[in-house]
Amino acid sequence: MSTPRTSTSSRMAQFKLVLLGESAVGKSSLVHRFVKNQFDEFRESTIGAAFLTQTISLDDDTIIKFEIWDTAGQERYKSLAPMYYRNANCAVVVYDITQSESLERAKAWVKELQRQANENIIITLAGNKLDLEQNREVPTEEAEAYAKEAGLLFFETSAKTGVNVTEIFTEIAKKLPIEATSNKSKTVKGVDLTKSNIESNSTCQC
Amino acid sequence: MDEEYDVIVLGTGLTECILSGVLSVEGKKVLHIDRQDHYGGESASLNLTKLYEKFRPSAQPEESLGRNRDWNVDLIPKFLMANGELTNILINTDVTRYLEFKQISGSYVYRDGRISKVPTTEMEAIRSPLMGLFEKRRMKRFLEYIGNFKEDNISTHQGLNIDKNTMTEVYYKFGLESGTKDFIGHAMALWTNDNYLTQPARETIERIILYLQSVAKYGKSPYIYPLYGLGELPQAFARLSAIYGGTYMLDKPVDEVIYDEEGKVSGVKSGEEIAKAKIVIGDPTYFPQKVRKTGERVFRAMCILDHPIPNTDNLDSLQIIIPQNQLKRKNDIYIAVVSASHNVASKNHYLAIISTIIETDTPHIECEPAFKLLGAYKEVFMGISELYEPIEDGTKDHVYISKSYDATSHFETTTDDVKDIYFRITGKPLVIEKRKALTNEEDEE
Repeated sequence: MSTPRTSTSSRMAQFKLVLLGESAVGKSSLVHRFVKNQFDEFRESTIGAAFLTQTISLDDDTIIKFEIWDTAGQERYKSLAPMYYRNANCAVVVYDITQSESLERAKAWVKELQRQANENIIITLAGNKLDLEQNREVPTEEAEAYAKEAGLLFFETSAKTGVNVTEIFTEIAKKLPIEATSNKSKTVKGVDLTKSNIESNSTCQC
Repeated sequence: MDEEYDVIVLGTGLTECILSGVLSVEGKKVLHIDRQDHYGGESASLNLTKLYEKFRPSAQPEESLGRNRDWNVDLIPKFLMANGELTNILINTDVTRYLEFKQISGSYVYRDGRISKVPTTEMEAIRSPLMGLFEKRRMKRFLEYIGNFKEDNISTHQGLNIDKNTMTEVYYKFGLESGTKDFIGHAMALWTNDNYLTQPARETIERIILYLQSVAKYGKSPYIYPLYGLGELPQAFARLSAIYGGTYMLDKPVDEVIYDEEGKVSGVKSGEEIAKAKIVIGDPTYFPQKVRKTGERVFRAMCILDHPIPNTDNLDSLQIIIPQNQLKRKNDIYIAVVSASHNVASKNHYLAIISTIIETDTPHIECEPAFKLLGAYKEVFMGISELYEPIEDGTKDHVYISKSYDATSHFETTTDDVKDIYFRITGKPLVIEKRKALTNEEDEE
C-alpha cells in the first residue's frame, strides 16, 4: 500500500506508519498534533478515519508522505490484526512517562513488531506527556538506554505542547529508504477496484 | 466487557465481520468476540505453522517450503466476482483502502479429460476447442442474446419469458448441445449441480450476466483475489468496525449465552464477566443447539505444488471447473489455484485447492481426476466440513446465526447471507451507500 510516486521537479515517496502502545498514552493525540497541529484534552478515540496522512518536506526536492494507521482501539484486548503490521515501513511505539507500566507494554509491542512486521521496519520509541514532568515515573536515561539497546529512535514528547512531535516524523523520514522505493519498481501490480466502478466518486488521489 | 452493547457478535468469520462493520458504521455499539486468537474463524488464511498444527500436528514443514510467514493458505477456497456484491460492499465501505487485489488469470472448464479456457466473448467462442463449427455459431447467437438482453425491451427477449421458461427451454431455443449446456450452466452461471435446468431461467441468465460483466471489468477472468489471502477480508471489515467504535476481543472464551424469562437473548458470559445486548450474531460453532446439518459435506484438499498447473500456459492463478456430468457425479468439482504472486505461497510455489460436495465415503477417490490435472504435488492437506444452517430465523430469541461457507467458488452466497441476516435484524434491506472517505486527505492540495 506504500505507493511511491515520482514527479519531475520533486520526488514524493509514501510510507505506512503504524502507531502502537497501551491505551490512553496519547497515540492519537500525537498524530493529531502532527497532522492538524491541534490538541484536545478530552479527545476520544478516532472515529471514522481510515487513516490519516501527512506530508513533510525533507529537502527542496524530497517529499515524504506518511499514511498513518491508528490502532482504532484494537490493541486494547490484544486484537490487532496481522493486516495492521503488514507492509508497515515505520512504527511509533508510545508510552506515558508518568506510567512506568506503559514502558513495559511498549517493550512488548516492540517485540511484537520484530516478530510480525518487515525486518527493516524503523521503530521509534516515544515517551509522551512531557508536560506532566512533575508526575514522571520513567527516568529519561532508563528509556533511552533501552531504546539504544533495541536499536530504536528515541524521543520524549508532548502532544499537548507540541514538543518533539514533528521531530519524530522528520527523524523517521531521514531514515526511510527513499531511493529504494521512489523508483517505479513496484513488485506487485494490483487492480484498482474503485477505478473501473462507474458509480464510484472516489476521493483517492492515486 | 461488563457493559451494555447494542449488538454482540461471536466469531470473526467474513459474514460476522461484514455485519459488524456495517452495524458500527450505522452507529450501533458493537462488541465483537472470537474464542480463537486470530481473526477469520473458518474464513482465515493460515501460515505454515498454523496449517501443520491444524492438519498434521506431529509433522514439521519441509525446509524447501521456505519461510513460514510467506504462506497464507485459505481454509475456504473462494474468489471474488469482479462485479459481484462483495466487491460492491468493499468499494462502498471504503474497505478497499486496506486491501490490494489482483486478477485471477484464467477460468477453465474440464471436458472429456482435458481442460480449456471458458469462452466469454463471441470471438473466444469462435476459437474455442470446446465446440464444433456449427455449435460455435449457436453459442455465438446465445451470447448475443445475453449481451443484448434488456429487461424493459421485450424485443430483446427473443420470445422467451425468463420468469416462466426454464433454462432447458432456453437452451432448446438456441439448439445447444449438452456439453455446451454444461459449461454455460457450470462454468459461467456457476451452478454446482443441474437442479437449475428445470427452474425459471431468470436466475441463470442473471448469473451469466454477472459472469460476463465481471470478465469485462479487468479482462482475464471474472475473478479477483486479495493479496495475502482471503483472511485479509474479515480483518479489513473488523478494522472498519473498530474505527467506528466497535470493541474487539480475541482469544476470549464464550462460556454462555444468556436469555431472559421470555427466552430472548440478553447477553454473553465469559468467565465472571457479562456483556449485555439484546441482539447477538454468531457463526454456527457458537450455537451448536440452534443449528442443523444441511446434509451437505464439503471435501477440501489443499495441494502445495512447485510448478504451475499443466496445460494452462503457466498461469499464476486460475479456476478449473469439472462439471458433474463429466464425471457422472451430482456435484461439480472446483480447483482454485493461487501462487507466490498473490503473496500466499513462498517463491515458485503454487497452492491448488480442490473442493466438492462429497457423494461417497472416499472423496479423495471421487476427486482423482482433479488431482490428475495438477500433476505432482509436494504436500496435500485434506479435510471434510459439515455444513450448518440456523434452525430458526432469530425473530423469537434475537439470536441471528450465519450459515457455514458453502462449496460455491465465489462469495455471492456469503453476501446473500449477510443481507438476509441484516434484514432479519433490522427489518430493512441492506443498502450500503458510498461512504465518504473519512481521512484528512480532503484538506490537502
